Amino acid sequence: MDVVETLTESMRQAVGPQAAAFAIAAVGINLQFGYTGLLNFGQVAFLLAGAYGLGITVDAGGSFWLGLVVAITSAVLLAFLLGVPTLRLRADYLAIVTVATGEILRLVVGSAWGGDNLGTGGPQGVKEVTGVFRDLNPIPDGSYGFSSFRFESQTLWVTLVGWTLALAATLLVRQLVRSPWGRVLRSIREDEDAARSLGKNVFAYKMQSLALGGVMGAIGGIIITLNFTSVIPDYFIPTVTFFAYAVVILGGAGSVWGPLVGSVIFWFVIQFSESSLDATVPEDILSSQDLAALRFVLVGVLLMALMVFRPQGLLGKKEELLADG
Amino acid sequence: MLPPMPAARAARLLLRLVLAFSFTVVVAAVGPTAPAGAQTTTTSTNPGTTGSTVLADDQPAPSGGELVRGTLTFADESGRVPVDGAVVIVSTEDGTEVTRVTSGADGKWEVPLPGPGTYQVTIDVESLPAGVGPEDPANIVRTIEVATGQKAGAGFPLAKAGAEVSSPTAPEGNKFLKLLGQGIALGSIIAMATIGLSLIYGTTGLINFAHGELVTFGALVAWWLSTGTGGPGLSLVLAGLLAVVAGAAFGGAQEKYLFAPLRKRRTSNVALIVVTIGWALVLRHLYLIIFGGSSRPYDEYVLQREIDVGPFTLAPKSFWTTGISLLVLVLVGLMLQRTRLGTAMRAVADNRDLAASSGIDVRRVILLTWVLGGGLAALGGVLLGLTNRVSWSMGALLLLQMFAAMVLGGLGSAYGAMVGGLVIGIVTTTSTELIPAELDLVPSLFVLILLLLVRPQGLLGRAERVG
Repeated sequence: MDVVETLTESMRQAVGPQAAAFAIAAVGINLQFGYTGLLNFGQVAFLLAGAYGLGITVDAGGSFWLGLVVAITSAVLLAFLLGVPTLRLRADYLAIVTVATGEILRLVVGSAWGGDNLGTGGPQGVKEVTGVFRDLNPIPDGSYGFSSFRFESQTLWVTLVGWTLALAATLLVRQLVRSPWGRVLRSIREDEDAARSLGKNVFAYKMQSLALGGVMGAIGGIIITLNFTSVIPDYFIPTVTFFAYAVVILGGAGSVWGPLVGSVIFWFVIQFSESSLDATVPEDILSSQDLAALRFVLVGVLLMALMVFRPQGLLGKKEELLADG
Repeated sequence: MLPPMPAARAARLLLRLVLAFSFTVVVAAVGPTAPAGAQTTTTSTNPGTTGSTVLADDQPAPSGGELVRGTLTFADESGRVPVDGAVVIVSTEDGTEVTRVTSGADGKWEVPLPGPGTYQVTIDVESLPAGVGPEDPANIVRTIEVATGQKAGAGFPLAKAGAEVSSPTAPEGNKFLKLLGQGIALGSIIAMATIGLSLIYGTTGLINFAHGELVTFGALVAWWLSTGTGGPGLSLVLAGLLAVVAGAAFGGAQEKYLFAPLRKRRTSNVALIVVTIGWALVLRHLYLIIFGGSSRPYDEYVLQREIDVGPFTLAPKSFWTTGISLLVLVLVGLMLQRTRLGTAMRAVADNRDLAASSGIDVRRVILLTWVLGGGLAALGGVLLGLTNRVSWSMGALLLLQMFAAMVLGGLGSAYGAMVGGLVIGIVTTTSTELIPAELDLVPSLFVLILLLLVRPQGLLGRAERVG
């Protein structure tokens, strides 16, 4: 097995566009779960809203910028749809409704019915959705990097934009959680009744947190879409949410830089373990399909082990943890 | 299944027996045999030969690779008849053959593809049963474009020579009754599986995201025992019973070795929910590795001519499924109402501290709840595999409906789970009258959200503060 090749390949994955997209989505989850204590297990629905909001608008002849507006707006609307029936109830209800909504949205946009009536392209998805974004690329054609740490000009462009947005989202969250608004969020996480008895409109704060985190999810979905240049319904399986949770928990829920650090390490570990297994175990023992399945087993084990042995992740503090739903 | 409680020692003994026995079954089932396809594939090239590019790198990470599938049926007087043993050939654009498959007894076929791209799918007319041919004999090749991670479909309309092609639509009333019957069958399965989910929530406050994997577990064990190559080839009835025992033990083992120790460490419920999510990912994808990505039927009771019972016209296995489920639901209801264990379960679900202070051994009750829930979920899986097929993700797909049923009935209430399950099952199947069948999960969610708006405690839940 070529160690250098494996390492560079893993590094590429760790800083690539997918890691950037997951970092942004994870910053959103961190705001909701880490700071407010909301169990949004349907973050993938917000990614989907962002991706399809952009895709359908561009496909219908709208401009890329209009597509962005539609994407963000649909994420906010989705947050209201999810939040109104559940945010007044116990945290468990939000968990159930969000996970169900994510799966239902995927089924709807990926169905032939969705293709006919919503312009989602059905199971094929929407193709060629980058619009003007591609032309804005200031990086000359060619490929950049060394060994397998190499990006095409277009991928590099998406990656740069993605990490810039991830950084912006992180800085925004840093300012927000230090503000009075952020302190109310934390007090809701610690004791909702106490926050309420201080006269805070807990429902409104939760809704704002859900919507803002959801918008970040939508931006993550847009980055993924720009990277693939098309929207594919089968991408948006519930596991995406759980990958993003793994990123948040690995980095440290309730820590400002946790999601970014978590995303880089998460994707490095995933790619590294997969590449090494692929290189060392012969094909007839472990087919490439089994290998793909093992990725999910690995994430599952990671989630369990983190929650059991180090729930605060790498950067989190124990006292910042959500005590109970 | 469970003895009356004065014999607490007997119960403990029974539990141990169950644990020990099914541990053997589990070990045997997960053992070295990777079950080969029962009847589906005669693959000429392994789809994995293209290396790890399928899911590596910048590709999306869906749960499986690209594939193409379809169902071959033709119409005769009795309705749609599946075509068994027809050969479908998949080749690349330039005509290189990728794979050929034979359709299963239910007419279904499925081919994993080496990657995205354009493929040609041809049906081998020679392999069709005598007198059956394509509706348009000139049109036997489909060109399909497969995107990354896509599961594409390819249909071949077939007709029986001399038969009218017009579809044999039943009268409207009949069709609704048929859907209703299917809904009751599905609903009673959901109800059974949801009881455990709801009681576990009630007794421990944990939402078990890995409950669907208990359902799959039952179906997989029954499939391996009855149908799997290398399995003992038992009759499905016996295999199903053993699967239920194995499921009960598996549920009990999860509580004993995973969740009870974690609770003892004072792990918060939110953390435990994340643990169940991780556990579900682990189990589900181990199932995928062991069982493979395609869905398979048992080798018994695959095709049955429909019969009339009362107003319903369904396959006999649907009636059996419904009958068994309803009987089990009644028995569980009696158990909860009449036995000391059942009373204890309800008491713990109602108020754990109060139950503990009145002398109930809460830890044991929770363990037995997991055993009961695991067994019921496994039975649900066995029966679901009978009416649908067995696949690695069947339980995960059912989980949404179980959640809906649980919330509908009221979190933590066993009777609520029964009512909720039946409602969700019936809503799911009858809604296909109005909406495309592929969207049959959608109405459940609408029912769920609507209910949360007007009656968040659920149909049978008590009006108390849930926020």
